[in-house]
Amino acid sequence: MIEPAGGAPFVTDKQPPRGTVTAGDGARAASPAAPRPRRRSADWRKRLEITLLAGPAIVVFVSFVIFPVVLAGYYGFFRWKGFGPATDFVGFENYMIIFQDSAFHDVLRHNGFILVLSLVIQGPIAIILALLLNQKIRGRSIIRVLIFVPYIISEVIVGIGWGLMLQTSGAVNGLLDSIGLGAFQADWLSDPKIAIWSLMVIISWKYIGFAVILFLAGLQSIPDELFEAAAIDGASYWQIQRTITLPLLGPTVRIWAFLSIIGSLQLFDLVFIIWGQYVASTAGTSTMATYMVANGRTSGNFGYGSAVAVVMFLISLVIALIYQRFVLRRDTAGALTEGKK
Amino acid sequence: MAVLEAPARPRVKRPPRDRQEWGSPATYFIAFVFIALCLGPVIYIILGGFRDNSQITNSPAGFPDPWNFDNYAEVLASPTFWRQVGNSAIAGLATTLGVVVLGLMASFVLARYRFAGRGAMYSLFAAGLMFPMTVAITPLYILVRDLGLMNSLAGVILPQIAFGLPVTIIILVPFLKAIPDEIEEAASIDGTSRLGFFFRMVVPLSLPGVVTTGILAFVASWNSYLLPLFILSDQASYTLPLGVQAFASQYSVDTAKVLAFTSLSMIPALIFFTLFERRIVGGLTGAVKG
Repeated sequence: MIEPAGGAPFVTDKQPPRGTVTAGDGARAASPAAPRPRRRSADWRKRLEITLLAGPAIVVFVSFVIFPVVLAGYYGFFRWKGFGPATDFVGFENYMIIFQDSAFHDVLRHNGFILVLSLVIQGPIAIILALLLNQKIRGRSIIRVLIFVPYIISEVIVGIGWGLMLQTSGAVNGLLDSIGLGAFQADWLSDPKIAIWSLMVIISWKYIGFAVILFLAGLQSIPDELFEAAAIDGASYWQIQRTITLPLLGPTVRIWAFLSIIGSLQLFDLVFIIWGQYVASTAGTSTMATYMVANGRTSGNFGYGSAVAVVMFLISLVIALIYQRFVLRRDTAGALTEGKK
Repeated sequence: MAVLEAPARPRVKRPPRDRQEWGSPATYFIAFVFIALCLGPVIYIILGGFRDNSQITNSPAGFPDPWNFDNYAEVLASPTFWRQVGNSAIAGLATTLGVVVLGLMASFVLARYRFAGRGAMYSLFAAGLMFPMTVAITPLYILVRDLGLMNSLAGVILPQIAFGLPVTIIILVPFLKAIPDEIEEAASIDGTSRLGFFFRMVVPLSLPGVVTTGILAFVASWNSYLLPLFILSDQASYTLPLGVQAFASQYSVDTAKVLAFTSLSMIPALIFFTLFERRIVGGLTGAVKG
């Protein structure tokens, strides 16, 4: 399932020259081979070394990453309780049920909402903060450490901490009360109109530091000379940002958006910890992953759970491929496009 | 926006290199507000552990008054907490070791050998980066169960190594490619084999990259929740995240103690992070920018 995703472009990309990266790589590959033609024994030795060195990683990776995904595809066609061999073949019935289940329509809507709002909220704020923090201010390295703290704390801790703060008798309502905004107190976690916005606040809080740090690194790789030249030409601060910084930050932003999209589609821990698998659906925060766990393992329907996993996988794959094809294409230096070298 | 614009303007006249001054107060103000928002919830958790439940009920957002050290003392005296710390440490260290050793060997092949299928192999690992564990968790659970590894840390460690490999390889390959060919040629003229070159030159030279990937693997394992949730159902095998959640639901009325337990469990990741911040950030951004 995964091979065609990465493997196909590799083959096709051999034909058209793909800029300096491909050319450089090809030249390197040719040079060591040319001066010393390999003998058979050297060839065997090389193959043995490759097998010994790369073998263990490939075995572990294939058995615990690729194989389970393939297994999910297989079990998805069965009604199976998880014990003994799967025998009750039901064809596409599991998939029909998934697509007719209104609870699944809900989770799709929630995931879409989270995906779009994550980009719309975190992206602009993170870019502005990165521009701001990229100025030479004192204590920049401490600031960098501190804004990264939420990202490094585990989802469980974030979930429990925010869960306690947002409950009706929690710190947020207490704070609102004590500063005279008692009228804005709300049932942040169980009111279906508010809960998903609370989730968005928590997600933004947890992950925006990552975006800022990423953008800061991107900004620092832009050569100072460009700014100097523009400043000498009399460009204003905002002209410089708009015409130099933002376009050059583009590749970093696009990679960040990709990671954010994939993360939004897989969101599980925070929702599961704060709302639990049953409350999440009434509060309107359930995601594909919590749906999968609630209807798969928890209820013992492993065939159905596997089918949900396959649907999740395909949705992620399609979005990832579309994104790679139409958005990441331009960036030859991205990590995910490096496989095409 | 207006706030940002006003102080930024005068700066433009000077070339950016000359800035030795303090920068504008508005920048500091916004940075301060942002950091306060980032740290507020964390401080709430830590301070909450120093309060008692009646303080928390009466004033949910208040400061400890008086400071109460009993919650932290009780958690630190509980064998359950330390057992979970131990389990998390074993899982984290074993995962780190596995990811680093297997990742370094595979990256060496990808970076320094030319062979048919090299690109396909790289793509295979790179594709793994796009699909986190969530998608594979149900069959992964069945696989681990069939291997007889339920309720054992090995059942968590092996999949974590597998899922840690893509990031590790993507970070390490450019690192190993950057080692100049001349060094390898010199080593080969001196009679060192490719493998000898790997152990004598590559391992020491790639140490910074190895440390980065090792820390990423450790922190990811320390924080991981979904996989232990599926694999470890016996309380004795719980890692810290599972333990924290179990504690929170078991003592849901004792908010102060839950907060103490929670804040103690985040200390190791925070210490690790502050010590190696530069490497973690460098590794992450390096991985993302390729």
